Amino acid sequence: MNIHNLLKIALKALNNNKMRCFLTMLGVIIGVGAVIAMLAIGQGSKNSIKAQISEMGSNMIMIFPGAERRGGVRQSSDDMQTLKPSDYEALVNQASTIANITPTVNGSGQWINGNNNYPSQAQGVNTQYLDIRQRKVAQGEMFTEEDVKRAAKVCVVGKTLVENLFPDGTDPIGKVVRFGSIPMTIIGVLDEKGYNTMGQDQDDLALVPYTTVMKRVLATDYLQGIQASAINEDLTDETINEITEILRTQHKLRDGEEDNFTIRSMQELAEMISSTSSMMTVLLAAVAGISLLVGGIGIMNIMIVSVTERTREIGLRMSIGATGRDIMMQFLIEAIIISVTGGVIGILTGALATWMISFFAHWPVQIDVAAVILSFVVCTAIGIIFGFYPAAKASNLDPIEAIRYE
Amino acid sequence: MAKEIIKIENLKRYFKVGDETVKALRGVSFTIYEGEFVTIMGTSGSGKSTLLNTLGCLDTPSSGEYLLDGIPVKGMGKNERARIRNRKIGFIFQNYNLLPKTTALENVELPLLYNPAVGARERAERAEKCLREVGLGERLMHKSNQMSGGQQQRVAIARALVNNPVIILADEATGNLDTRTSFSILTLFQKLYKEGKTIIFVTHNPEIAMYSSRNIMLRDGHIVSDEYNSDIKSAEEVFKSLPADTD
Repeated sequence: MNIHNLLKIALKALNNNKMRCFLTMLGVIIGVGAVIAMLAIGQGSKNSIKAQISEMGSNMIMIFPGAERRGGVRQSSDDMQTLKPSDYEALVNQASTIANITPTVNGSGQWINGNNNYPSQAQGVNTQYLDIRQRKVAQGEMFTEEDVKRAAKVCVVGKTLVENLFPDGTDPIGKVVRFGSIPMTIIGVLDEKGYNTMGQDQDDLALVPYTTVMKRVLATDYLQGIQASAINEDLTDETINEITEILRTQHKLRDGEEDNFTIRSMQELAEMISSTSSMMTVLLAAVAGISLLVGGIGIMNIMIVSVTERTREIGLRMSIGATGRDIMMQFLIEAIIISVTGGVIGILTGALATWMISFFAHWPVQIDVAAVILSFVVCTAIGIIFGFYPAAKASNLDPIEAIRYE
Repeated sequence: MAKEIIKIENLKRYFKVGDETVKALRGVSFTIYEGEFVTIMGTSGSGKSTLLNTLGCLDTPSSGEYLLDGIPVKGMGKNERARIRNRKIGFIFQNYNLLPKTTALENVELPLLYNPAVGARERAERAEKCLREVGLGERLMHKSNQMSGGQQQRVAIARALVNNPVIILADEATGNLDTRTSFSILTLFQKLYKEGKTIIFVTHNPEIAMYSSRNIMLRDGHIVSDEYNSDIKSAEEVFKSLPADTD
């Protein structure tokens, strides 16, 4: 019995039972479709997180005051007073693997322009901030080193702030607005970035020289943090070690004493976020995989019913010369055809669902070729595994009894 | 001397049912030559079904010899017997056993599908030829559920002929049919007999013996009579004498 004849026989049998065949297939279609869609969503969100992080600067390093302590009460790092402008200067002078570095001090308050006001922050930074965060000034210009030195009352604002302070669309450059009670001149507008993965509006900010925030807004001698970028991504770990050394010397910490600052790198953050998203992906795919398994059991169920129902047919085929192996192959091929056809339709359905999700919900998605191949292989395997028992059952029938089965 | 198609000697078949042994065949011997039309008759329990299964290579004897077309069947494995059924035997059943929703042509092609030596074109040609032979040349593409019982049995006969078997085994082939259709089927069997086909027709209906060339009677697993019929009646004449159904 050649494979061509077997295929012909199996297709004929399936064709005789179109509705049942389709319903059985539906289980596989839904299972595979769900797996494809879930993996596409997972992969898509992972990619978009990665892209956003690298946009934020994958070589970015953040230094916060205070130690990371597990257990015990921890203060907000903003309130800790361990990072001083002198630490920043020491890093500028001594570190060799840092490309850019800026102190950060943020003051919260109301930005006011005449009748319009908007609650936001004044982010105190230096001129290198733009390079670290990979931002650009779209209109006007960034403040200068000179502005930083003399704590000038100038600011570079984001789009959201502009829209709220100048709802009538006036050109904001050169206008004087107030942050709380402090008048500030707008000298530049930042490029638009939209929301990031964590849902923060990246345009809701105003950059002010850090000296201005320290002296005029917060009246503090301490920094809330330092942000730096390594010369390149691969040097991040080295840079972290270097910074640790310099800051420990600065803070006169003895060996064995805990760091009184915390260093975080974007890489760490990226790994953390992508591991969370991987976990979600695995979870979703597992749920979808279960529905695929249920689909497979559906195939087995129908095949068993089919074997019983077609006992006479099996008996006839055997009496006119089909061997047990022929019968086994026939039913196995039927099961594989159902599962593989279901799988292919499922892949298409999954792709369609993925497209619809990205089109209507605007979620980031990406269909992974590996996922498609994997689901196809899994489908074939499911056909073989779940088709095997009914097929073996059919091939073991006694033709004498089968042909007289009522 | 005509060729020996079937030769059985002291054939015994015992079944174990629980603790008891049922002796279905208790030593049966006969030889069937090429071109014979043999009816095997017996009441239920006489062992005729077991004999048919054994002759059809569906079952193996407990003891005794069975040569089919000179080949010893006893001791053959399952797959070998499947092969010999495919090449040497044509089966006809009481309830036709056609594949549902399948055309006459495809039903007749079925045995050849299990013979890799026969290609698709030859398969279709031979199936068509056999269907013409049984008088269904105009109904090649009719599906099995669109045909009457008599037509279905004709398709089954065509299916039994398509592999050019050395022996045709019919099991109560007219059992499900009305008298008139039965005689039309018997006429077909007699036509095949005249063409030189070897036929074994198993039945419990003693009337049919009149239309065959030889009759073997079984009772309780023994042969009680084995007689040649010198006066074979024509089934066609009876068929013509019966009024056509005009309701």
